[in-house]
Formats: sequence, C-alpha cells, structure tokens
Amino acid sequence: MIEVKNISKSFDGKQILHDVSCTFYSGKTNLIIGQSGSGKTVLMKSIVGLVRPENGEILFDGRDLMKMDTLQVRHLREEIGMLFQGSALFDSETVLGNVMFPLVMFSKMTRAEMLDRAMFCLERVNLKGAESKYPSELSGGMQKRVAIARAIALNPKYLFCDEPNSGLDPRTSILIDELLSDITHEYGITTIINTHDMNSVLGIGENIIFLNKGHREWVGDMTQIYRSDNQALTDFVFATDLFRRVREYLNSRH
Amino acid sequence: MILKKQLENFGRYCVFMTRVFSLPDKWGVTLRRMISEIYKLGIDSIPLVVVISVFIGAVIAIQMQLNIESPIIPAYAVGLATRDIVLLEFSSSILCLILAGKVGSNIASEIGTMRVTEQIDALEIMGVNSANFLVWPKVMGFMLFIPVLGVLSMFTSIIGGVCVAVFTDIITLSRFTYGLQAFFNEWYVWYALIKCVVFSVIISSVASFCGYYVKGGALEVGRASTNAVVSSSILILLFDVILTKLLLQ
Ligand SMILES: Nc1ncnc2c1ncn2[C@@H]1O[C@H](COP(=O)(O)OP(=O)(O)OP(=O)(O)O)[C@@H](O)[C@H]1O
Ligand SMILES: [Mg+2]
Repeated sequence: MIEVKNISKSFDGKQILHDVSCTFYSGKTNLIIGQSGSGKTVLMKSIVGLVRPENGEILFDGRDLMKMDTLQVRHLREEIGMLFQGSALFDSETVLGNVMFPLVMFSKMTRAEMLDRAMFCLERVNLKGAESKYPSELSGGMQKRVAIARAIALNPKYLFCDEPNSGLDPRTSILIDELLSDITHEYGITTIINTHDMNSVLGIGENIIFLNKGHREWVGDMTQIYRSDNQALTDFVFATDLFRRVREYLNSRH
Repeated sequence: MILKKQLENFGRYCVFMTRVFSLPDKWGVTLRRMISEIYKLGIDSIPLVVVISVFIGAVIAIQMQLNIESPIIPAYAVGLATRDIVLLEFSSSILCLILAGKVGSNIASEIGTMRVTEQIDALEIMGVNSANFLVWPKVMGFMLFIPVLGVLSMFTSIIGGVCVAVFTDIITLSRFTYGLQAFFNEWYVWYALIKCVVFSVIISSVASFCGYYVKGGALEVGRASTNAVVSSSILILLFDVILTKLLLQ
C-alpha cells in the first residue's frame, strides 16, 4: 500500500500539484486519470522520487520516501518497477538485454535462470521471437511491451505505468490492460497506472483517482464513475460521443 | 554574475564526481562496460591520432628547417626542435584538444540523449547509481587508454618528420636522426604522459557532466555537446599552464 499525503509541487513558480492526497492499494489496479497536462506524470514521478515535492509524505507500506537518504531510496527502488511514458529502453542493448538488465544488476540468479526469467517475461507480453532486435527496430507498441517486460522482470512490489497503452491499437491495448491486471492480482502488486483511455478506466479501474488541474478531484471505482455527479469528472469521462450515447442508453433503461 | 554561475557549476561538478567515484555495485558489469568504452573512445580514435600526428610531425619538421636555416645554428637543431615540440606540446595538449572534439562530443551526446529519453531515470528507478554506472567506465577506460594514444602520437609524429627527410631534399636523414637523438631528456616523455592522463580525465568527466544535466530535448543535447567541447578545451589549456609550471620548473 502506498499512501500519499498532502504533496504539492511547483515548477518555476507555477504550481502543478495542489495538496494531493491519495491511497494506492496492494493487489489492486490503481488508476490516475485526468486530462493531458493535469499533472499525472508529475504525481507519479513524485511518488517514486524522481521529482521532489515541496512538502508532504509518501509512505511505502509505512516507510516515508521523503525522509530516506540516497542509499535507502536505492534499496526501496529495487522493489519498484516502472514503465515510462516514452518507454525509455536502453538503445545500446537488445530486447533481451533490456529485460535481463535488472536481473543482471540485482538478482542472484545464474545466467540460465536469468535467461529463463527474461524469456518468460517476454512471453507474457507476447514478444517471443524479438529478443535479438534493438529498440530502434521495434514499433512503438512493441517498445512499450518490452518496457513492461523489463519492469516486471524482478517481480516488483510496486509497479508504476505511465500511459501503458497510449499509441497502441485497441486490441493490443486491451491485452496490455489484462496483462497488468492479471499480474497485479496474481502477485498482489501495488499497481499504479496513469491513463486517459476510458477503455482501461472501465475495464480495469478498481481504485480510480481523478486529477483535475493538479487537484485530486474525485476517488472511486469503475462502477461509481457513471453515477458521479462531479461536473469535471463527467466532462472528462463523457467527452466522446460514444460514451455519451452509452450513458443515454443506460439512463433510458432505468 | 558569470562568475557566480561558474562557481555554481563547479560545485555541482564536484557533487557529481563524488557520485561517479563511489564503488560500483557490480564489478563484473562495470569492468565489461569499461572494456567496451576503451574500444569506443580509445581504439576507435587510433586512425585519427595516426593521421593527424604523421601530418603535423611532417609539417613541424619542414617549418623548423625553413625557419632556422642559418650557418650559426648547429646541424642537429631541426631534429631536436621537432622532437621536443612533439614531446612537450603536440602529443599531449594538442592531441587532447583534438580528442576533446571527438570523444567529448561523443560522450556528451550519448549521455544527454539518455537523459532526455528518460533512460537515466529508468536506471535510477531500478535503484542503479546512474552516474557511477554510466560515467565511471568512460572516465576510467579513457584514462587507462590515453597513454597508448599519447605514445602512438609521439612515434607517428617522429615518423612524419622522418618521412620528410627521406622523401624530400629539405633535410637529410642523417642530420635529422642525429638531431632526434641529441640531448634527449626522458622526463619530457613522462611529463607528456602525465598531462595526457590529466586531460583525459578532464575531457571525459566534463563531457559526462554536461550530458548528464541536460534538460529538454534534442536541441539541448546538441548544445550540451558543444558546451562539453568548449569547456573541456578551455580547462585543458588552463591545466596545461599549471602542469607545465609544476612539472618542468
Ligand atoms: N520538468 C518540468 N519542468 C517544468 N514544468 C513541468 C515539468 N514537468 C512537467 N511540467 C508541467 O507540469 C504540467 C503537468 O505535466 P504532466 O507531464 O504531469 O502532465 P500529464 O498529466 O502527464 O499529461 P499527459 O497526459 O499529456 O502525459 C504541464 O503543464 C507541464 O508543463
Ligand atoms: Mg504524462
């Protein structure tokens, strides 16, 4: 469980996060949703410590990140897997090299065990056969999936995904969502996903945090999201024609 | 204002260096990376060093002969002057200025690209000390290999001079080789190698520093690599003066 308490962050005098508090549960898919520019990436980077908030607390199962020294942070991070918005694969390594990387750095496995584990992760993201390619030879969606395989290689306790399915076609996107949801439940991971894709929200959103212009506007799950009367949230959720029609259809049945 | 900014940069550089020179987590991985950096930064520079050294060696020999041709100057002067210029200045300072352009921009753009594509953040998130992981192998690898480049440059420059003596009638080979051997001071070679090692550390660490703190996108990466070359060149010249004062006097 990760508890975030009252964090604020500004860049060059412009405040991006306003006193945000929220809780992310273990074994659940926790979603942060919000418009582009609402501060989702900044919030996620604050939680993992890549961006330092001005004040507040960030508790990883009770351990406060803000009070740790560099070495403690480094140890905590061995329990964290993260998928970046731009994939952030290592250009100079092959696909297999990328997935093996955290294993080589941090596990005490033998070479053969590492290979096994890496191949298993690649298989889970449907990428068997691409292991000797370089990131520049892959499509954007394939890069994303390699990045997911790399993030889950060490069986993290906390998994952060910044827009795992942006730039993917709907089918691959659903596969990725299912994959994330499956591993979350299977291993009891605390998974945090940034997204503005309503399909994911309605598909896997067990704990949804809605950010609006840096304020935490609403918290709930996917069944409550239809019935919310929060104006900003309904504007966001029912922005597309398709969802407006779904809402009308649901309302007309009652 | 500029001074304050430079002081600030120097402070950040020092902090960065303490992060770089902490002990590597995985010696095996780090040493393997160091070998590949030696290939990339050192061995790949050999053709450039050889070509430049041969030509400059030849040019120095020709210019010495043309400029100091006079009955009162002894016969060995040309060979001696060529040798000493090569040992004292060319094969260390000038060579490193040239390498600052090649190696410095290479390092800065590589690390800068890793920064803007969040690869460095990805390393940090895994719990890797990214400064140590990326920069240590480069600095150590380049530092270990630079004496090879320095000695190679000395030899090939002299060969360049010899070529002038052999293939032209500007100076005879016997006069030139006699000059090369006259009043040889071994300390000059050590002096040159010490300078090379210091400059190599300046080039690789300053370039890494410039790349590591890039903010923004591809444009800033380009700017960082220009910065790396300019700053390391200026520092090389500064340390050239300091080291010469310390080591030759
Ligand atoms: N390093 C930074 N320096 C200055 N401003 C920043 C920085 N990072 C983010 N911002 C600002 O913070 C705001 C929120 O950015 P953020 O990347 O968190 O948005 P987001 O919700 O992730 O959007 P998207 O869905 O498009 O990824 C933006 O206005 C951006 O300009
Ligand atoms: Mg974002």
